[in-house]
Amino acid sequence: MSRLYESWGRYPKVSQQVRVIEWASEPVFDFLSAEPAANRLVLPYGQGRSYGDSCLNDGGWLLSTERLRHFIAFDPDQGLLRCEAGVTLSEVLEFCVPRGFFLPVTPGTRFVSLGGAVANDIHGKNHHRAGTFGCHVTAFMLLRSDGSRVLCSPLSNPELFKATIGGLGLTGLILWVELRLRRIESPFICMEAVKFGCLDDFFELSRTSDCSFEHTVAWLDCVASGRAFGRGIFMRGNHAACTELPAAWQVRAKEEKYQRARQIFSVPCDAPGFALNNFTVRLFNMLYYHKQFPKQVTRFVPYQPFFYPLDAIGNWNRIYGRRGLLQFQCVVPSENNNQALRSLLKSVVESGKASFLAVLKEFGEIESPGLLSFPRRGMTLCLDIPYDGSSTLELMERLDAMVRDFGGKMYPAKDACMSPQSFRCYYPQAVEFARYIDKQFSSSFWRRVKGGL
Amino acid sequence: MRRILVLGATSAIAQETMRCFAADGDAFFLLARDAAKLEIIKNDLLTHGAVNVECLAADLVESGRHNSILQQAEASLGGLDMAFIAYGVLGDQRKAEACYKAAYRELNINFLSVVSWLTVLANYFEKNRRGQIIVISSVAGDRGRQSNYIYGTAKGALSIFLQGLRNRLYPAGVSVLTVKPGFVDTPMTQAFKKGPLFVSAATVGRGIYHAAVKKKDVVYLPWFWRVIMWVIRNIPEAVFKRLKL
Repeated sequence: MSRLYESWGRYPKVSQQVRVIEWASEPVFDFLSAEPAANRLVLPYGQGRSYGDSCLNDGGWLLSTERLRHFIAFDPDQGLLRCEAGVTLSEVLEFCVPRGFFLPVTPGTRFVSLGGAVANDIHGKNHHRAGTFGCHVTAFMLLRSDGSRVLCSPLSNPELFKATIGGLGLTGLILWVELRLRRIESPFICMEAVKFGCLDDFFELSRTSDCSFEHTVAWLDCVASGRAFGRGIFMRGNHAACTELPAAWQVRAKEEKYQRARQIFSVPCDAPGFALNNFTVRLFNMLYYHKQFPKQVTRFVPYQPFFYPLDAIGNWNRIYGRRGLLQFQCVVPSENNNQALRSLLKSVVESGKASFLAVLKEFGEIESPGLLSFPRRGMTLCLDIPYDGSSTLELMERLDAMVRDFGGKMYPAKDACMSPQSFRCYYPQAVEFARYIDKQFSSSFWRRVKGGL
Repeated sequence: MRRILVLGATSAIAQETMRCFAADGDAFFLLARDAAKLEIIKNDLLTHGAVNVECLAADLVESGRHNSILQQAEASLGGLDMAFIAYGVLGDQRKAEACYKAAYRELNINFLSVVSWLTVLANYFEKNRRGQIIVISSVAGDRGRQSNYIYGTAKGALSIFLQGLRNRLYPAGVSVLTVKPGFVDTPMTQAFKKGPLFVSAATVGRGIYHAAVKKKDVVYLPWFWRVIMWVIRNIPEAVFKRLKL
């Protein structure tokens, strides 16, 4: 069980070397002078939860921040927390939840490093209210390959600040991050789960929920066809105020076990190839959709199962076996009665290739400071596809072309397939961004999509 | 509020243990060789709730200074309630087999220098008739085996020394905790292939904290090593000498 420096989707397979940074006070790049010139490109690596190749550096070095786990300072009046870039969101939550604070933005897993959160400008279920992670970063320290340490903030080196947010680790190594946390009254969420039978019902739910709920997302059954096409469960919730908690829950709020979640179990090894197939996925989806009998359920839950349902299962990507998985995440305009989304979903269902993990959410309008930030106004669809060779890649190409035609974009943090033309189309700011790349830094993703840049 | 002297503060296990004590609002005097690393740890502990953190960059092995450093720590924190010895080195077994100097270095750092510290600490706490000494030993000290017996010797000798010390200091109301971790994922074991028995430094740190608070004598971390080492210890020598553990 030696540490594997792969991406979360475990595709593509690459050959790279890893250098673990032990202490932030020690020189980082000295080891490169002993390397042959062709082998000196580096890329920061946090927890490796990106799916495709944006966290991989074939033929080069990864600079792992796994030992940069120190906290630096906390201002409880302002809610400002400063930590080394390897600290995970999980560790931040263990620290701040008992102190009455929460992450301003969180993705679907808490095992993501702060550096990774900035480099991918992650978003969460509350994008329509809070924007992306980068919107709440007040400063960070960037280490460039010439050894210089650059303090970046909206006022200090603002161009580098904007290039690094969503900058996929290409502008340098982030040493520490400071962010503004948000206050909460309890570690619990008041949540509602509403079943919907078709996409029109989803759009209606989304439209009406976003004004009263801070966190909204829908799980979608993307193998169901015919009358069941577009069914799913819409989840919405708010941080529970102390006053609305029943007495029993108020007592629980103090207990330590709600501050830290343990894994239920960890997938010990790669599942065999046949484990995840059309039949098992259909079965799972059917059970999952019907597990909730009433149309709507309202209850209190600790924050962990609401935000991080999959984190309870360690190494869940092993369920996909050694071949790994691809993730498709795009955002498309909602215009024309959500024509784009309907077409995309229809293609996915018709291909018969998707798996049980599909989410749908409407992004809001809050802009991120990041140059290569992904979220924009519209609908985001995110789904896992087991990697099955060329037929999977062909499907991804078709979907990529559809997204391009509809004027949407794809998310680099999840991507293993987009073409250079698509990348230029999705991210016209890439030209501006390229000016800030550190010449010693590169990634498999960047070399794949940069084209002439 | 406890006033804790930490020898080898840059140890991954020590840092995790100290975070637990910091959450209780304790004060620390940290010792390690590197001042820059100490500064990083100091900020981490203060952020986690430590009420005061003082640092001193010094070579822990140089026994001539142990007494003066102890006095400096005591003066700096206004007294000491606990001493935590967490430094050590895992040498190259094959190299130490070939060359006495390498073996000596390992025994000196892991055992002899620790004895020097324990001498001044035991006398200090005994005089005050209160206090707690926590030392990280290892399951490797429970039985000598071909893969790491030089490290095992140092830790085994240390465990026996601590046993005697516990016995001597009991009437004075001073407790001694011997910590025996199994396989832990830290910079010390970086070169090892990590099997399923490996645990994180955070798990061990929390275990040390809880054992210390409960004033235990010997703790195996995680608990199952107590069972494993009982079996290992009781294998007859005629059988054990043939094994490749």
